[in-house]
Amino acid sequence: MTAVDVQELRVRMAGRTVVDGVSFTVAPGECVAIVGESGAGKSLTARALLGLLPETAVVSASRLEIAGTDAAELSESGWRRLRGRSIALVSQDSLSALDPLRRIGREVAEPMEIHGLHGADRDGRVRELLTSVSMPDPQRTVRSRPHELSGGMRQRALIASALAADPTVLVADEATTALDATVQARILDLLRRIADAGTAVVFISHDFAAVRRVADRVLVMRDGVIVEQGAVDEVMRAPRSEYTRALVAASTSAPRAQTRPEGGAVLRVLDLSVAFDRPAVVGATFTLSAGRTLGIVGESGSGKTTLARMLVGVQHPDAGELVWASPQRVQLVHQNPLGAFDPRWTIARSLAEALQAAGVPRAERPERVAGLLAEVGLDPELAGRRPRQLSGGQRQRAANARALAADPTVLVLDEPVSALDPTVRGQVLALLDRLQQERELTMVFVSHDLAVIAAVCDDVLVMQDGLIVEQGPVADVFAAPRHPFTRELLAAGS
Amino acid sequence: MRARMIGMWVAGAFLALVALAAFAPDLLASQDPLQTDVRAALQPPGAAHLFGTDQSGRDVFSRVVHGAARSAGIGLLATVLALMVGLVVGALSGIAPRPVDAVTMRLTDILLAFPEFLVALIVVAVLGPGGVNVAIAVTIAAVPVYIRLARTQTRTLRVAEHVEAARILGVGPMRAFTRHVVPGVFGALSVLATIGIGSAILAAAGLSFLGLGPAEPDPEWGLMLAGGRNVLGRAWWISVFPGLAITLTVISATVIGRTLRARADGSAS
Repeated sequence: MTAVDVQELRVRMAGRTVVDGVSFTVAPGECVAIVGESGAGKSLTARALLGLLPETAVVSASRLEIAGTDAAELSESGWRRLRGRSIALVSQDSLSALDPLRRIGREVAEPMEIHGLHGADRDGRVRELLTSVSMPDPQRTVRSRPHELSGGMRQRALIASALAADPTVLVADEATTALDATVQARILDLLRRIADAGTAVVFISHDFAAVRRVADRVLVMRDGVIVEQGAVDEVMRAPRSEYTRALVAASTSAPRAQTRPEGGAVLRVLDLSVAFDRPAVVGATFTLSAGRTLGIVGESGSGKTTLARMLVGVQHPDAGELVWASPQRVQLVHQNPLGAFDPRWTIARSLAEALQAAGVPRAERPERVAGLLAEVGLDPELAGRRPRQLSGGQRQRAANARALAADPTVLVLDEPVSALDPTVRGQVLALLDRLQQERELTMVFVSHDLAVIAAVCDDVLVMQDGLIVEQGPVADVFAAPRHPFTRELLAAGS
Repeated sequence: MRARMIGMWVAGAFLALVALAAFAPDLLASQDPLQTDVRAALQPPGAAHLFGTDQSGRDVFSRVVHGAARSAGIGLLATVLALMVGLVVGALSGIAPRPVDAVTMRLTDILLAFPEFLVALIVVAVLGPGGVNVAIAVTIAAVPVYIRLARTQTRTLRVAEHVEAARILGVGPMRAFTRHVVPGVFGALSVLATIGIGSAILAAAGLSFLGLGPAEPDPEWGLMLAGGRNVLGRAWWISVFPGLAITLTVISATVIGRTLRARADGSAS
């Protein structure tokens, strides 16, 4: 028996075919991953399995069977009987997926109540579920509200709730994307255990590293079509399409081959500390070498962004010293380029403002704006657009162009590629590499992603809870990590 | 979606008509709104008098048309004033030292604690009746909301990433404030104003109805509404037509305001 049987699934929205002839089956106890970039149609496919597509979508399929029920022509009330009981969803954003006013216990129990499944001991069953998803301290968590829990704990609660009515199929839509690497690894292990216990799991992701940890088979989607499928190991070992190859390459962490020559010290950081409510950065000491790229890696809350902000001078340290070898022009590229541009201004105007601040006379600005856009590989026609009208990759290029307007010698980049799709990410990283060579820039590269750090950095600082726990050349640190946290990070990423 | 578009066009067309009546009333109504004619008093709507005549024989249609300038004008003036005052006070409060900000906000809270119409009523009672005084009263009643919004927006935008980004690039603090913060605050306030304009017109008409606005014989919708209320059983048209004018103007202004806000929200997300 198959848990999910989909044949020739088509979804049309706003006159476009967004899912085109997708067919696959999932057996109980099997985890099938659907991988692709944003807009590939993978989430829409998942939503079609749950009957949760927007009303404007036109869905057709020659067969759509969920847990033995023919769902191709199901009414809304029919879908409601199916959801929770036969098929359940775990979504990406656990904070908005959980009712902020409801305690976790109620949230987890809801599917049982809807389907009238709970026996006499509902609370006992809820605790049992929370224990089964390895929720720390289930007794207390039952009474907590979503905002009191960490991202990983919320995701566990969401999974417990999805499992409450014992569904045949569990759909996880980018369920681990927003989590830190080590937390992500644990949630992935949990999903694998759930599959091993006999549930059919459909795992939606853009990240092959996650897929490899959890899935048996993988479908690669692009523009609404399955371009490649097969066992995860096979697809990753010998990807047939260029697209799959790029997706796989983006998820593997191989240290860069040639490192740049050791330059003189541009900056010595001595015992730098700052605290907000609690210590954010404690006693950071390191050297920034000229013409090289220093990676700062760590999980959210580890202090890596705060450290980067102190290098730029927007955050003042409580103690410690930044000793620059000579006067430097330091520029920051913000983590979120959408927020870093005035939403009402065109890209050209924002660039012109940066040039003005750098002392470029008015008459020269239009020409310089065009030059900057060309340098970062942006079509000059995009100059008249507002930030919202650009794609993520274009915005990141525009943010780089603006930072270059001040002709910096040191460029600090805060998570410059974390919001980008793998192929776009590769392009932006190539751009940064070229800029560094052409302008002889010293770069500081903040990221939570070891694969990215490995690909672009010469040296690396590993941060945990405000402390630099390990530092050195990337090749050395990755080959022989000394600190347990570095080892855990590397294990989580591979 | 389509129905909403039609509603917007109808509302827009009606407001255009009101604007035309306000700026060039003679194009729409040829009769003198002040011309009394006792022999033609209390005539029902007909060919000679489209909306009938009032107790003094004045043409109601002409008076409704000529009243647009005062009725809609007072509401518009009050809204523009409230926006300007709100922007200045709110933005300054947003960058002021804590004690100054706290005092401004508590004063705003006090104003906000009273119903808007009551505040307006008290202000007119102090200033005395008259069109301009009604506009000032409605401004004062409406302004706390604008101040609050301007202050919150200023505080949010001051620490917004794009303002910080400009500062890192070397843009001076004053320049960053006037170029990035103030225009953003103004944008938020103008959206609020497009919705507030309807209630401002209503409040102004309400004060006039109570006899606190423009005085007889000036044509003003609220005043005309009041003038016909004793003869409502015999001559409904004296009150009903200015009442309709108020209702349709307020609804149209609100529909347009909400459409504009939906556009602003849509483009913001």
